[in-house]
Amino acid sequence: MVKKIIGQTYIWLLLLLMYLPVLVLIAFSFTEATNVGEWSGFTFNLYPRLFQNKEIMIALGNTVLIAIISALLATIIGSLGAVGAFYSRKRWRNTVDLATQIPVVNAEIVVAFSLTVMFVFIGNIVNAYLFSFWTLLIGHMCLSIPFVYINVKPKLIQMDPSLYEAAVDLGASPSKALAKVVVPEIMPGVVSGFLIAITLSLDDFIVTAFTRGSGLLSGSKKIETLSTLVQAKIKKGPIPLEMRSLTTIIFLLVVAAIVLISLYKSRQAKKMRNRRAF
Amino acid sequence: MKSHKVKRFFTLQRKYLCIPYVIFLLLFVIVPIGIICFYAFTYEYTDPATGVTYMKASGQAFLNFFTSRSKLNVLLVSLFIALLTTIICLIIGFPLAYFLADKKVNKNAVLVTLFIAPMWINFVLRTGATRDLLTWMGINGGNYPYLATLIGMVQNYLPFVILPLYTTMTKLDHSQIEAAKDLGANPAQVLFKNIIPQAVPGIVSACIMTFMPTMSSYVISDTLSEGKITLFGNYIELEFTNKAWNDGSFMALIMLVFIAITMVISQKFSGDEEKGGSKAW
Repeated sequence: MVKKIIGQTYIWLLLLLMYLPVLVLIAFSFTEATNVGEWSGFTFNLYPRLFQNKEIMIALGNTVLIAIISALLATIIGSLGAVGAFYSRKRWRNTVDLATQIPVVNAEIVVAFSLTVMFVFIGNIVNAYLFSFWTLLIGHMCLSIPFVYINVKPKLIQMDPSLYEAAVDLGASPSKALAKVVVPEIMPGVVSGFLIAITLSLDDFIVTAFTRGSGLLSGSKKIETLSTLVQAKIKKGPIPLEMRSLTTIIFLLVVAAIVLISLYKSRQAKKMRNRRAF
Repeated sequence: MKSHKVKRFFTLQRKYLCIPYVIFLLLFVIVPIGIICFYAFTYEYTDPATGVTYMKASGQAFLNFFTSRSKLNVLLVSLFIALLTTIICLIIGFPLAYFLADKKVNKNAVLVTLFIAPMWINFVLRTGATRDLLTWMGINGGNYPYLATLIGMVQNYLPFVILPLYTTMTKLDHSQIEAAKDLGANPAQVLFKNIIPQAVPGIVSACIMTFMPTMSSYVISDTLSEGKITLFGNYIELEFTNKAWNDGSFMALIMLVFIAITMVISQKFSGDEEKGGSKAW
C-alpha cells in the first residue's frame, strides 16, 4: 500500500515536471505580455494573431509539405528495399541490414555534416550551388528511410512464405501475388514506418538547418520550417507570442492522438480477452 | 519445367526491388562518410602567387584538433555533460520504469504513452518553453549555464531512458525477487544483486540512447546556456558556419569513432543476453 502511494506520487510528479514548460506556455497563451511570468489580462487574441502571422504559417506549410513528401518517398523506397532484401541471398541481406544500421546509430549532426560536405564537394566539381529543396528532401529521407526498413522487415519474417507460393501455384502472376499477398501482410509495418518518418521529419532541426536551400513556400529565400523558425526566434529572445497559441494547438492534437491510441489499445485488449474466452 | 523457370526468373526479379534503397544508402550514407574521411585527412591551401585554392593530403586537421586547447576542452565538457545527463536520467528513470511496470502501482498502460508523448511536440519549441520557464524561475543561462543545460537535457532525454528500461522491467523474473526476499535479502541487496543485474540490457541501451545524442546535441545547449556552453555538436555547427570543411570533417570523424565504440559495447551486451538466455534453457 505504501509502495503504491509512493510509486503513484513519483509517477505523477515526474509527469507534471515533464509537461510543466509546455503547460506554462499554454497558460500564458491567454495573455499578451511579452515574457512568460507576466500577466496583462486574459485574452484570446493570440489565437487569431497566430493565423494572421504569415511567417509562422509559411513555416508550418513548409514543415508539413516536407514531412509528407519525404515520408511518402522514404516509405516507398524503404518498403521496397525491405521486400527486395528479404528475397535476396542471405549474405546480401545481411549486408543491407548492416548498412541500414549505420544511419540509425549515427549522430544527427554527423549525418547532416557529412551530407553537407558531400553537396559542397559535388557542387565544387560541377561548379553549382546545390542547396535547395532537393538537398533538404534527401536529408530528411536519410533520417527516416532506415526506420521504414526496420519496421517492415519483421512483418516479412512473420509472414507465412507458403501464402505467396500458394497464390502463384493457383495462377496469380508473381506481381499480382506480391500485391495481393505480400503487401497486405506487411501493411502494418509500412504504416508504422510512415508514421515514424513523419514524426522524424516534423521534429528535425539539425539536418534541416544544414541541408536547406531556397524553395517551397519560402520562394527565393531559404526554406524555413517550424524548427528553424523557432530556433531563430528563441536565439534572440523569448518565444514569440503567437507560438504560445501554436503550442496549445499542437498540445491538443497530441492529447487527441493519445486518446485515440488508448481507445485502440483497450479495444485490442478486449478482442484478445474475448478470443481467450473461447 | 517451364513454369519452374518462369518462377525462378521472377524470384530473381523480386530481389531487384531493393535496388533504389541500396542506391540511396550508398549515395547518401556511405559516400558522405567516405567524403568526410577524405576531407579529414586533406587540407585546403591557397597558393599565394595565383590565389587558387587546392586540396592536399595533410594531417593539418588532426593537428588542429589535438593541439587546440579549446577543442579538447569542448571534447571534455561534452563527455562530462553527456555522462552527467546519462547518470541523472538513469537515477530518475530506473525507479520510474520499475513503478510503471509494477501492476500493483500502475494498471494503466496509457501512462507510458504519456511519458513518450512530449516527443510529439516540436523539440525546438519544447526547448524554448523550458528556457522561458527557467528564466522566469531565475535559472537563466547567463547565471547558471550548466544547471540550465542539464535540466533541459534530462527533460529531453528522459523518454529515451524510460522506454528501454520499461521494456526490461516488464520482463523481470518476479519469482527470483520473491526468492531473494524469502531467503532474507534486505531491500538494498534485492535491488543491487537481483533487480539491477536483471535489467542490465535495458540499462545499456538506455545509456546509448542518451549518451551520444547528448554529446552531439546542438539546440539544447545553445538555447539553455545562451551560447555559454559549447558541446561537440555546437562546434561542428560552428565549423559548418565558418565553412571549415576539413576541421569539421575531422571532428565528425571523432564522433563516428565514439559511435562505433558504443556500438561494439552494445553488441557485446546483447550477445551476453542471448548467451544468458540459452544458458537459462
